[in-house]
Amino acid sequence: MIRRLVFALLLTLPLPAWAVTVEKVTSPGGIEAWLVQDHANPIIAMEVAFAGGAAVETKPGLVNMMASLLDEGAGPYDSQSFQGKLEDLSIGLSFHAGRDDLRGSLKTLTDNRDTAFELFRLALTQPRFDKEPTERIRGQILAGLTRELQNPNSVASRLWNKAAFGAHPYARPVNGAPDTVKAIKTAELKAHAKTWLSRQGLIVGIVGDITPEQLAPLLDQTFGALPASHPAIKVSEATIATGKTIVEQRDIPQSVAVFGAPGIKRDDSNWFPAYVMNYILGGGGFSSRLTEEVREKRGLAYSVYSYLLPMDHAGVLVGGVATQNARVKQSLDLIRQELRRMADAGPSETELADAKTYLTGSFPLSLDSTAAIANLLVVMQSDKLGIDYLQRRNALIAAVDMDQVKTAAKRLLDADNLLVVIVGKPEGVTSSP
Amino acid sequence: MIRITNCLGSDRPLAGHRPYAYIGKTVTNESEHDMRMWRDWAAMAALAITVALPAQAQVFNPVTKTLSNGLEVVVVENHRAPIVSHMVWYRVGAADETAGKSGIAHFLEHLMFKGTPEIPPGEFSKIVARNGGRDNAFTASDYTAYFQNIAADRLELVMKLEADRMRNLTLAENDVTSELEVVKEERRSRTDNDPAALLQERLEAALFLNHPYRRPVIGWPGELAGLSRTDALDFYKRWYAPNNAILVVAGDVDPAKVIALAETYYGPLKPEHLPPRIRASEPPQAGARQITLADPRVKQPSWTRLYVAPSQHSAVDKTQPQALEVLAEVLSGGATSRLYKALVVDQGLAASAHAWYDAGALDQTTFGFAASPRPGISMDKLQAAMKAEIALLLKTGISEDEVRRAKTRLKAEVVYARDSLHTAARVLGEALTTGQSVADVEDWPNRIAAITADQVNATARAVLSDNASVTGLLLPAAQEARQ
Repeated sequence: MIRRLVFALLLTLPLPAWAVTVEKVTSPGGIEAWLVQDHANPIIAMEVAFAGGAAVETKPGLVNMMASLLDEGAGPYDSQSFQGKLEDLSIGLSFHAGRDDLRGSLKTLTDNRDTAFELFRLALTQPRFDKEPTERIRGQILAGLTRELQNPNSVASRLWNKAAFGAHPYARPVNGAPDTVKAIKTAELKAHAKTWLSRQGLIVGIVGDITPEQLAPLLDQTFGALPASHPAIKVSEATIATGKTIVEQRDIPQSVAVFGAPGIKRDDSNWFPAYVMNYILGGGGFSSRLTEEVREKRGLAYSVYSYLLPMDHAGVLVGGVATQNARVKQSLDLIRQELRRMADAGPSETELADAKTYLTGSFPLSLDSTAAIANLLVVMQSDKLGIDYLQRRNALIAAVDMDQVKTAAKRLLDADNLLVVIVGKPEGVTSSP
Repeated sequence: MIRITNCLGSDRPLAGHRPYAYIGKTVTNESEHDMRMWRDWAAMAALAITVALPAQAQVFNPVTKTLSNGLEVVVVENHRAPIVSHMVWYRVGAADETAGKSGIAHFLEHLMFKGTPEIPPGEFSKIVARNGGRDNAFTASDYTAYFQNIAADRLELVMKLEADRMRNLTLAENDVTSELEVVKEERRSRTDNDPAALLQERLEAALFLNHPYRRPVIGWPGELAGLSRTDALDFYKRWYAPNNAILVVAGDVDPAKVIALAETYYGPLKPEHLPPRIRASEPPQAGARQITLADPRVKQPSWTRLYVAPSQHSAVDKTQPQALEVLAEVLSGGATSRLYKALVVDQGLAASAHAWYDAGALDQTTFGFAASPRPGISMDKLQAAMKAEIALLLKTGISEDEVRRAKTRLKAEVVYARDSLHTAARVLGEALTTGQSVADVEDWPNRIAAITADQVNATARAVLSDNASVTGLLLPAAQEARQ
């Protein structure tokens, strides 16, 4: 019993503050970057976001294929010599397509800094799209698409997006579909790179062994030659379909279910209450209600979860569970019951307090590498959170009150109107008519 | 370049028994955009592969101390953020299970969250979360590990919790029953729902003729279903004791204070008389095996070959493990590496082609190859090309220049490994549970630096023998398997 008293005491200690200085660096040419200096290791990590992801593409899979080819030959270097330089200097350089943006990542040892930024510049401004790498990457993307077909989790996610977003570009997978990827032409890849890799909306986050004085000229050298602007983004707000169940029959021992509903965007004033509410519902691992009811009490699943996904033109709340075919109905009924319970009564005071302690105290845990912090610097800028966000963030969570959480729960959780996709041979569940 | 990161969907099978660490529990990753639980264990399993590259002297520079009850304490300072990674590694895993009880090491790992006289079932993780921390655990063939990542000023709390469950686990029958259902679902998710994982499981069973590395960590379905509370408690009492554990603490800490705290919380725990880790020995390998799994669910076929190889601990010639690490880097270290260049770029036959090796095993380990065809390329053609590449390697060997490039990259990996405190904790814990010492880890760059092309070629010829191999073909059901 003494032991438990000590635990109780420890629980009441305030969590430590964490001070990280984010500096704004503006180059002579007017390019801005956010920087966190860290000279403990001779490493620099940079994360960059360009406006215009898969949502603006003319052919599904175009941005993804372009991103995969930017580091496959640029300027004077063909694919093998470009990759050979990266390997010999241990430089990590890659590009990644998202729905709303295109990300570039660079990681280098301080010794190779100038070469690393030069290769990054070449990839952005003079990508070659030679025939060999283009066909090779196309083959790899097609093989990846085929592989996704044998993974029930991928199949369920794709079907859910398709049903949820309908005619909106978010319905399309970022990596496209076999027929569209086969049809992508080199001229389209080149045109997209030239049009969309621009300084308008460019976001740069840098962490590590570099000073503002060293960084400023590098920003101009790396990004200065990009066009000043990109075309207008004409993506409409998405409407999310609800109230439907879709069963995709597969002969597998365990069904994979994805459920979801309209969620909330990051700039919504109710974001933090919704975030806290979701943590209690299904975001909080072993502290979440869904895990408690579905996994811990009944052993129905290994994994059950929910999360909020905010995008530029939609927000969704998505969850999932995987369970043997005979238990699908029971599991989904339980999940609906938990959504209803949260919408009707909200969390308890203890749950709310625990959630806030976790969400504030755990924040520094995600930032254990230079690359992770560089990514956060990009998110802070793209979501317009402010350069002092790291100082303010925990206060924003601490300020969330019970009424706000209840409001968020009522707004987001409509147990009878979920969009549910099940891949497997579920017993007792059929597709909606 | 396309990088395959999701090990589930990847045709790179997870390198045999060792890196296939099972994350018994799941946690969510609290980021600005919440992620699914799913991703966490995939990321952890991928980490297990990428951190097969330990440190150089002057890298982790751990402070170590063995308590009088036998607990080894290893502390690594990293002051980037006011956080700490607290891990307890037990020198016991699936390869230490008794025959017929496959899966018990991993099942016990799940049950370790089911309470002690002080901490009610399920409360462990909740207490950690209420203090802003995340916890989880994982099991592999040679080890079982538990960790909490938390604010540095909460180290005392998690030490107290972890020390408590090292000796005081109590299990209620109903908690055991429901958790067994969870593990059965875990097996369905990881293995039964995925033909590539089913094949991988069978390849390992075929590769090791007698050694328990042939056993899947999660357990064979029939044996898993029969595991009981008594089985779990027997295993717990036999293996969970301070003298069979290693405490690794990495983060914003003062080593002297960590050791003092360890004395306070772990110091009073009674050591056990431990059974030796005697595993059934592997007879000489004498014959190539092949397994073909044709399944209607398979859409993208793949080819895999595994060889029995010496580990850091099992190798008689201690240059062999580093020679094999250099070999894997030459073959598979990036887009200009041998396999990728030959199969994917020059011949245009494969969508992916890999090789891998992990030296961290108590007994023998595996050296593996895998490839998956580009659309329109037959498996016969792909197989022939992979076999030809292995034959060429054995016939003409690799060059000094290839070795030099690989060594440069491996050296840089050491600097990157220092970036994350979790990497340090993971590398050291793995090494110490697989028969290596802290000095072995710290000396790794020197051993790599000393490797020559002649050593790599001699080791490749000694290890990559068809007679010590198994080949796996993953095919759509309609496609006939051909030799």
